[in-house]
Amino acid sequence: MATELLLEAHGLAKSYGPVVALRSADLLVQPGEVHALLGANGAGKSTLVRLLTGVISPDSGTVAVRGEQVRIGSPARAAAIGLSPVFQDPALVPDLTVAQNMRLTADDPERVHAELRALDLDLDFGELVRDVPLPLLRMIDLARALAREPELLLLDEITAALPSDLAERVFTVMTAVRERGGSVLFITHRLKEVIASCDQATILRDGGAVATIDPRERGEEAIVGYMLGPEAAAAAAIALEQEAGPERPAPPAEGASALEVRGLSVGLVREVSFALRPGEILGIAALEGQGQDELFAVLSGQRTPETGEIHVAGKPLRARHPYDAIRAGVVLVPADRLQALLPQRSVRENIASPRYNRPGRWGAINMRDEGRRVRGAIDSLQIDVRAGRQARRLSGGNQQKVTIGRWLASGFRTMLCFDPTRGIDVGTKRQIYALLRRLADEGGAIVFFSSELTEFPLVCDRVLTLYGGGITAELPGPAADEASLLRAMHGLVEETGEAA
Amino acid sequence: MSSTTVAGTATPPSTSRSVRILRRHGWTIGVFLLLIALVFYWRGQTTLKWGPFDVQSLAIDALPLCFAACGQAIVILSGGIDLSIGSMMALVNVVSARVMLHMSFRDAVLSSIVIVLGAALVGAAIGLTIVVTRVADIIVTLAMLFVLGGLALAVLEVPGGGAPTRYQNLVTLDTVLTHWLPSALVILFGAYTLMWLTVRRTRVGLALYAIGSNRNAAYLAGVNVPATRVLAYAYSGAFGALGGLALTAASGLGDPNAGGIYTLNSVAAVVLGGVSLLGGVGGLIGPICAAFVLTLVKTVLILRGVDQNYAQVIQGALIVLVVMIGGLVVRQKGKS
Amino acid sequence: MAAAPHPASRPSVRRLASDNPAAVLTLVFIGLFVATDIINRAQGDGAFLTLKQVSTTFLYAAVLGLMAAGQTLVMLTGGVDLSVATTATTGAFVISRFGTHGSAEAILIALAVGLGIGLVNGIGIALFRVNALIMTLGISTITLGLLTVQAQKQFTALVPNFVVTLGSARFLTYVPYDLLVWGPVAAVIILGLRYSGIGRMIYAVGDNPVASRLAGVRNWQVLLVVYALCGMLAAASGILLVGFNNAADLGIGSPFLLPSVAAVVIGGTSIFGGLGGYAGTILGALILTVLDSLLTILNASQALRQIIYGLIVLALAAIYARATAGGD
Repeated sequence: MATELLLEAHGLAKSYGPVVALRSADLLVQPGEVHALLGANGAGKSTLVRLLTGVISPDSGTVAVRGEQVRIGSPARAAAIGLSPVFQDPALVPDLTVAQNMRLTADDPERVHAELRALDLDLDFGELVRDVPLPLLRMIDLARALAREPELLLLDEITAALPSDLAERVFTVMTAVRERGGSVLFITHRLKEVIASCDQATILRDGGAVATIDPRERGEEAIVGYMLGPEAAAAAAIALEQEAGPERPAPPAEGASALEVRGLSVGLVREVSFALRPGEILGIAALEGQGQDELFAVLSGQRTPETGEIHVAGKPLRARHPYDAIRAGVVLVPADRLQALLPQRSVRENIASPRYNRPGRWGAINMRDEGRRVRGAIDSLQIDVRAGRQARRLSGGNQQKVTIGRWLASGFRTMLCFDPTRGIDVGTKRQIYALLRRLADEGGAIVFFSSELTEFPLVCDRVLTLYGGGITAELPGPAADEASLLRAMHGLVEETGEAA
Repeated sequence: MSSTTVAGTATPPSTSRSVRILRRHGWTIGVFLLLIALVFYWRGQTTLKWGPFDVQSLAIDALPLCFAACGQAIVILSGGIDLSIGSMMALVNVVSARVMLHMSFRDAVLSSIVIVLGAALVGAAIGLTIVVTRVADIIVTLAMLFVLGGLALAVLEVPGGGAPTRYQNLVTLDTVLTHWLPSALVILFGAYTLMWLTVRRTRVGLALYAIGSNRNAAYLAGVNVPATRVLAYAYSGAFGALGGLALTAASGLGDPNAGGIYTLNSVAAVVLGGVSLLGGVGGLIGPICAAFVLTLVKTVLILRGVDQNYAQVIQGALIVLVVMIGGLVVRQKGKS
Repeated sequence: MAAAPHPASRPSVRRLASDNPAAVLTLVFIGLFVATDIINRAQGDGAFLTLKQVSTTFLYAAVLGLMAAGQTLVMLTGGVDLSVATTATTGAFVISRFGTHGSAEAILIALAVGLGIGLVNGIGIALFRVNALIMTLGISTITLGLLTVQAQKQFTALVPNFVVTLGSARFLTYVPYDLLVWGPVAAVIILGLRYSGIGRMIYAVGDNPVASRLAGVRNWQVLLVVYALCGMLAAASGILLVGFNNAADLGIGSPFLLPSVAAVVIGGTSIFGGLGGYAGTILGALILTVLDSLLTILNASQALRQIIYGLIVLALAAIYARATAGGD
């Protein structure tokens, strides 16, 4: 192509300690195109946007704008060279008015207001940002970005928080920017939007760009295929064989539910109901921010539900504190290990900690009994305790085992595992899958959320998909392959249902 | 406060201007009304003729705390806290009383300016220490509370020193235009206008609020967060110095222990004045009114024949109560 | 001001210090003692490194040690108690006020009042979530005001002989009686932190309040207990102090406030909580007591001491922040 590239990024990489967020990503954006950036959770989309807009600096790689090499050190610098972002988190300070926010970023409130009116929206700029509803904040962010007349507009999941009428207006804006000769980099989870409005799509997988395609030509299935990767299916099959094997005893069909949720609403979650039996592993699959965080927070007693009931082994549970849930036998293994770890304390103290959570147990410790229980948990989880004097010195996998080990040592009925394998190596992951299965076989019930879709068929007896705060599909574990999960997680169930 | 949920369309119900002002400044207006009510109560309690003299003495009493509250408010608005402000006042108090003892009025005023600028630099150094060492605000300023207090003791071990009479008159003079406008008030609002109103609406002033409100959003919006934090502490130093100078002018003495109560009282005035301890919300007028309220409460108690020390106790209990309620409010907010 | 260690030597120094803090602190203590001895001799005042002076150091250190015991517990939870000095003053004052009722009653009342002050602190901090510094500073102001009022009333001030003996006398020539208080308290705290449920929870709440909450700990319960204990220990230190001085005055406790924080920080307890223990604090208290003797020998003013203590806290906090930030 003869035209000069608007944006040319090569080999961008970023790691956070041992965690590789972006391995090596290339991205080429032509002038006058709407370019989609796609990928599963954790593929590196947000990291790439943050690099391109100067929020973080790359470990390596180059960025060129209109053929000229640039160093984007700060958000202000990015704006100066024509890259204008709308971030996933609003870049609007809650305790200032909208007008004050505009002055803070040296934008002309009049022009932003004009852009907003062009979007068919109006707002008194004297309002505090705190009082403005989230969808409108996204639109203000968009109007501000447009007022800067950017050469490249970066939209990071802007439509995720928007009702459909506002999302429509975003697409209109994208077209307008293209007609003006500018470009748009559009990040979204909604594949239909990509087909409808994007000229090109770059797909990220495992921190690298795997393909740039014309989405209209290739269609949704091709995109999903790239997101999965060619080996994914094969690898999944092999791993499945190495696990418990296909012949899995069906969990007991009768008897009281270990955990039952009826008509639960909290935050985004609306009227969710499900039940699981002792010995069952129930998967919850969802894209980011579809209500899974609120659901787990309620089940573990961190939040109180707005409406609905939770029953544990037939008894109602109204938890006002995680303690109440734990006493009822519902325990949480959170995604962020830092939420469950005492980083400066020893492995032993970490594992034993829930045992002393009530004043009745604050007296002298039976060290022998404690030692036996802790050793039992360490042995059954195969925790490497060589660096066990401070839990923060353990590897990620061992830390995760410690957070699970706490509940092995103190006992539980239902374990809530929120992304328990995030950021840990394959070997440890397999150990955790096997452990979860063993716990279930011993009569425990497990609710399992994961951001890695390949894990669901390996681990779960049954999988529910959550989209926009509601359950969109229920799949039997073995049938929960990535393709069907991805479709259901994108809210594409109805279409496939009609087609079938 | 409840967050409005808007389903479907995204345009919020536009509130009328007066409603909005009431909502945003309601707390400040309330504190102001409380102050007015207290003034009338005070007037009723006074057996002798209540007049300009009483207003003047209240203004003089309250002036140091007003300045301390201003400095503390700016730091708290920016998301920090300055426990060293009491010692800063004591240090400035003894330094100024020492250097001004035999000075002419002109030199005393000039040296005041130098002292305020110097204190701003010390404040900036404290802020820089916080930013560079990444030690919590509260620990650094606690250590500085003792370091600056020690320096104050080193400058003047027992109360002493002095200031030119005309310099003292700057604060204690009762007639500016009318008998009812104490010069202490004029100085307070002069400093407020010069030091705060001039920056409040600029980008720098907005940045102070922004880093207190949401540091991440402020950063994404391009605010230089470390520099703004340092600036907040520089302000605190400067206002602390004004408070110290006010002590010198009001008493004509330097006292190394004079600052002791101001650290706690300034935080109390700030909280009572409607500034959120989480940062980002509030202004300086509220804390100034609150400083007057706290001073007047003690005045009234003593007037009613309550032992001066009991008055101190009641004032302290009031402060703890205010902060406890503030804590509850923060907790409620965190939940919603 | 202590600069950060040289970059090249930092890892080894840090490892040495973090693996064996007690040994390092003991070395500092002995080194300081020897230095004081040398300076004292140089000034022509004779030896300082004598059994008598060692005994005196322990006698003095007990007051600071008890006050810093409560402070250690509080700081392990990530808080701080700035009311310990006035609580100690209160304890001292109660002894002298109720001394005529007999020592047992006076001591019980003093401890109960300390417990009460601690509970008030705890309620504000644990239940109302008031910032610990502000709450304890406020309570300190109130307590001091009440004491001032009480001090103006007529009463027969008497420090019972038992308390005087406890606070100032020695047995077997060299053993201070106050070690009979400090020793058992120290043992209970050191063992309790390690081998009791509440000890584990103190560390848990301080190390990671989110994690301890998720483990089912009602953090407020732990905080309430800790602040109450701190108040009682501060009152106990006031009892020893009034025994030592043989009279109570309103300023008796205040010189110990910053040292009580400094002793904990020197002892290696993290100001952010979750790491450390009382053994280090004991050494911290001993080091500060010798440092105080040294400063007395050098004729240092109260002002200089205050500055030095402030800078010690600041420098150690900065070094600690750097160590944890660089750790991973």
